[in-house]
Amino acid sequence: MSKSYETIETTLRGKVGHIELNRPKVLNALNRKMVSEILSAMEEYDRDENVKVIILSGKGRVFAAGADIDEMMNASAIDLEKLNQFTDWDRITWIKKPVIGAIHGLALGGAFELALCCDMLFASEHAEFGFPEVNLGIMPGAGGTQRLTKLVGKAKAMEWIMSGNRITATEAQQHGVINRVFAEEVLFEETLKFASKIAEQAPLAVRLIKESVLKAVDYSLYEGMQFERKNFYLLFASQDQKEGMRAFKEKRNPDFKGR
Amino acid sequence: MQTIIYEVESKVAYIKLNRPEKLNAFTQQVNKEITMAVKAASRDEAVRAIVITGEGRAFCSGEDLSGVTDEMDHGEVLRKRYTPMLLEIDRCEKPIIAAVNGVAAGAGMSLALAADFRIASEKASFIEAFIHVGLVPDAGNLYHLTRMVGHAKAMELAVFGEKLTAHKAKEIGIVNEVYHAAEWEESVTAYAERLANMPTKAIGLIKRNLKASWNNSYEDFLERDAQAQRIAGQTKDHSEGVAAFLEKRKASFSGS
Repeated sequence: MSKSYETIETTLRGKVGHIELNRPKVLNALNRKMVSEILSAMEEYDRDENVKVIILSGKGRVFAAGADIDEMMNASAIDLEKLNQFTDWDRITWIKKPVIGAIHGLALGGAFELALCCDMLFASEHAEFGFPEVNLGIMPGAGGTQRLTKLVGKAKAMEWIMSGNRITATEAQQHGVINRVFAEEVLFEETLKFASKIAEQAPLAVRLIKESVLKAVDYSLYEGMQFERKNFYLLFASQDQKEGMRAFKEKRNPDFKGR
Repeated sequence: MQTIIYEVESKVAYIKLNRPEKLNAFTQQVNKEITMAVKAASRDEAVRAIVITGEGRAFCSGEDLSGVTDEMDHGEVLRKRYTPMLLEIDRCEKPIIAAVNGVAAGAGMSLALAADFRIASEKASFIEAFIHVGLVPDAGNLYHLTRMVGHAKAMELAVFGEKLTAHKAKEIGIVNEVYHAAEWEESVTAYAERLANMPTKAIGLIKRNLKASWNNSYEDFLERDAQAQRIAGQTKDHSEGVAAFLEKRKASFSGS
């Protein structure tokens, strides 16, 4: 990685690009600069042939405690409309490579929304999630009401977002918000192990799997099925499909090139 | 702190309930101060064991009944006062010893049961006093009790609410050690300091996994074993323990 960032730190770990929120003194409160830097780092990793998977985590005691309140306290509706800050958030979800969140401590408000932008979430056993926006007289604005509802359904989404209550890792796992729970001490190590395994899979297959699964959230079943089919056919134009099937027949490990 | 005394000495944090004239009964302030003290002890790196004990002749006589009124919402009292205290104790990864110097009744018994170890003076006793005022053992009492003594015995103790002597409590597995009243203070200090010089991180992981054993499948628990041992395997105390064994000397554990 060439760029240096102010609010995040990036490290290439084998084939895994690691992005860490790095404002631990303010519990990694998300400000516009940080979101924009996360986006830049992700887009750079997305273009980098050496990177196959991205991990997002937070430095210090927590993943992130929420959004920077000072930044929006005195904003007017028109200011916010003109600023159009959520475009950066949209672009985070357009990243083609898998993004795995490793969440420890807290992921509240905007930080929970950022976590929900990840494709998979691993969390420490005492991690807590929540949308406390309602306590400040506002509501989630970066996808909270939409992404959480699609994940857990209407009833739980209403309960969690209206109450502002904290959600434990256990509860989050029961409702399908997070994939796996680990002791905090080994959370990152285990996330990296998993990410490194995904990084060894055929990259084009992984890429089109991500694209297709995300379409299942947005599309009708009919449209989703058509979309999946096209991606399935498309993989037959890749060298990796030839290599994968040949290796299977020859009982050897495939050597995928991502082409 | 108004209702407790908090002191740290030789790696041990002592939390002493200090309302002897009220037999150290719980009030909102007591709950709050115990919570704060446990939190402080958890965070203080110099502390490697925690003792909870009582000043005077009682350990803790439970909720202060002088504060109980007809309008009181007992559920809310538990949610607001006791649950945060018990969760703070539960989150603590250092060994917690209830040094039961005298009577532990009602929620006072619950507090003792929430600790990792219970040592008792021969003058101590345990009473599930709740039933005598038409209430249910609360503050985590039955949760811990049934795990310690089994369902049948827990039922008997909770329903009949008879006084349990220190020796009887040891016999049924609630109490780890009973000490003579004359040697009580030294015995408590020795017990706590022994724990405070052990591999603290490993003790924390043992606590974590013993608790997890109650609500995990065998397969999930084996995965927890792997994670805990991975963590313990990276501690200085593990290296020290192995080195001391090979060099045939006594290990000196730092707790990290």
